[in-house]
Amino acid sequence: MEREIMLQADKIGKYFYDPVKFRVLNDISFTVNRGEFVTLVGKSGSGKSTLLYLLSTMDTDYDGSLYIHGEKITGQKQNQLAAIRNEKIGFVFQFHYLLPEFTCLKNVMIPAMRLGKLSRKEIEERAYQKLTLLGLHDQALKPASKLSGGQQQRVAIARALINDPLVIMGDEPTGNLDSKNTQIVFDIFKQLTHELNQTIIAVTHDNDFAEKSDRTIEMQDGKIIAGHT
Amino acid sequence: MARKNSINSEISFTYIVKQRKLTLIAALGVTIGISIFIFMNSLTTGFDRKSNESIFKNSPHIRVYKDDNISQPLIKAGTQQAADVIVNPKVIPETNRIVNPQDIADLLRKQPDVKLVTPTVAVSIFYNNGKSQIAGNASGVIIDDADQMFSIQSLMVEGDMESLKTTPNGILLGVGIADKMSAKPGDNISVTSSENVTKVMKVVGLFQTNNSVLDKTKSYINISAAQQLENKNASYVSDINVSVNDFNKAQDYSKRFSHLTGYKAEDWKAANETVVAASRMRTIIITAVSFSILLVAGFGIYNILNMTISQKLNDIAILKAMGFKGKDVIRIFVQQALIIGLMGILIGLGVASLLVWRMAHVFVGGDIGYFPIRFEPWVYLKGSIFGLIITLAAGYIPAKKAANVDPVAIFRK
Ligand SMILES: Nc1ncnc2c1ncn2[C@@H]1O[C@H](COP(=O)(O)OP(=O)(O)OP(=O)(O)O)[C@@H](O)[C@H]1O
Ligand SMILES: [Mg+2]
Repeated sequence: MEREIMLQADKIGKYFYDPVKFRVLNDISFTVNRGEFVTLVGKSGSGKSTLLYLLSTMDTDYDGSLYIHGEKITGQKQNQLAAIRNEKIGFVFQFHYLLPEFTCLKNVMIPAMRLGKLSRKEIEERAYQKLTLLGLHDQALKPASKLSGGQQQRVAIARALINDPLVIMGDEPTGNLDSKNTQIVFDIFKQLTHELNQTIIAVTHDNDFAEKSDRTIEMQDGKIIAGHT
Repeated sequence: MARKNSINSEISFTYIVKQRKLTLIAALGVTIGISIFIFMNSLTTGFDRKSNESIFKNSPHIRVYKDDNISQPLIKAGTQQAADVIVNPKVIPETNRIVNPQDIADLLRKQPDVKLVTPTVAVSIFYNNGKSQIAGNASGVIIDDADQMFSIQSLMVEGDMESLKTTPNGILLGVGIADKMSAKPGDNISVTSSENVTKVMKVVGLFQTNNSVLDKTKSYINISAAQQLENKNASYVSDINVSVNDFNKAQDYSKRFSHLTGYKAEDWKAANETVVAASRMRTIIITAVSFSILLVAGFGIYNILNMTISQKLNDIAILKAMGFKGKDVIRIFVQQALIIGLMGILIGLGVASLLVWRMAHVFVGGDIGYFPIRFEPWVYLKGSIFGLIITLAAGYIPAKKAANVDPVAIFRK
């Protein structure tokens, strides 16, 4: 079966200039198919987060080109990129998760309200669904700041799923979770990719987690050393 | 679209509620700024109205009269080496009459925006009080016209203005003169003009302008009586007074009228330069002070917004990562500023009304009476608009900064 390409990186390179000029990403080319569950591994400092920010369209300062779902991302205006992120991409960031002054429910609802395709009631229902999926139903109305790190991370995952994005990107999305919850998240990711045809790219330091994914891309010193295709 | 914006509003509201205290303090700043702005500007408007009122008790909008001519050098120097022949400059002795006043009055009446044109004979006179004389001046007028111009009827304290029409030698006296002469309506007094004509006049009424100088010198008589005092015939007119629809534009008309008639046309501002200059100075100072206070209130909003934004950099980064555009971020924070500003303005309008109401009941006495302040809708509108503009500016500057936050830079921290 011919697979649909969801994400394509073509000869991507990036420099940091502070404190000294330094090539953080070097000639990165790879593709990710629709419905694939890809993990990104590598030593600390190898450039995983940097690459993910770039794939997420937030960082536009790089060489080479990036395509998402056949659309060229490189060179687009900030406002267009924001719209693409809102509709097509869901994120779970490393360390930065939620708006602390809002309830968990509201945090999950925000991207959908921004998208504005559903009524408020529908959005609320969906948000409850996602929270239930991650075992947080009873925490829905608590302010986000009152949750543990692991709980916050799971709320962030629920939020990443709310708009049914084409691609979900996570920077150590299970970094704060115990093995039981890691397994839950893993199962969710498997289900999203294999049953709902969504695509997942997740950075992880968990070898077990990486091994069970569809494909693992390994990075070292800003280069991909394994798992291009 | 409305739904997309509603999330922006929800976020601003949450930030406001979570920072109740700071929000209230910033709003209080706006309240103080707005109420003082409105109060002080109502004050200037009140002062100006009072001062204009007192000016228009005596000055017409425009006065057309024959100006004194100064004699010119007789011979101009023909070459550069030669000097001018200089003659000691003097006022040329001419009568200060307007030739053909009827034609000029008709011409003026035909001009656009002219409300009323009336000829007047101004006479310097002495009110004879036994052995002593009181210097003053009488205006020879057509009393109905003069009443329209100077609202004499409203100034009457005794007697009847209308009886001047039926009493050819009637006189309306300022209360100050009447006091000195112990004259009351019905009494006869004698006056002497600078032409040395003495005439017995019958007091038909007393008026009070609350301008003590006017009250001690001024009187109104019929124009024919004034002509007799000046020893002139019935076509003699010294001034033609003109009322226009908008007295604020009197300056523009006066220039045109000078051209048109060949006589000097002087508007009320030129005739009352000192008073007008003082009022302008007062306006400038009060405007500057009240604007500064409003500006300080703006800084209050600016500060709280700057603070919110620097505390919420992480939120802003997450929102932008989730697809909020720069303009959404601007909306969130400008809306926050707007809510603070509107709260402050609304309360400020109330406080200002209270201040104005209180001051309007303070009796100052003298020529002024009650404090000359009242509700000026225009000032309230102006205050609210300036308050909003400053609020928007104070919100927009930090919001713009927030919109430019680079989420990646925040996430890397
Ligand atoms: N803003 C920056 N300026 C300069 N160098 C940077 C900046 N951000 C990251 N780096 C450097 O770029 C390299 C890659 O960083 P990156 O955060 O992508 O690593 P990572 O693979 O995500 O590591 P970890 O597993 O610890 O999260 C590191 O050497 C880091 O020091
Ligand atoms: Mg990282």
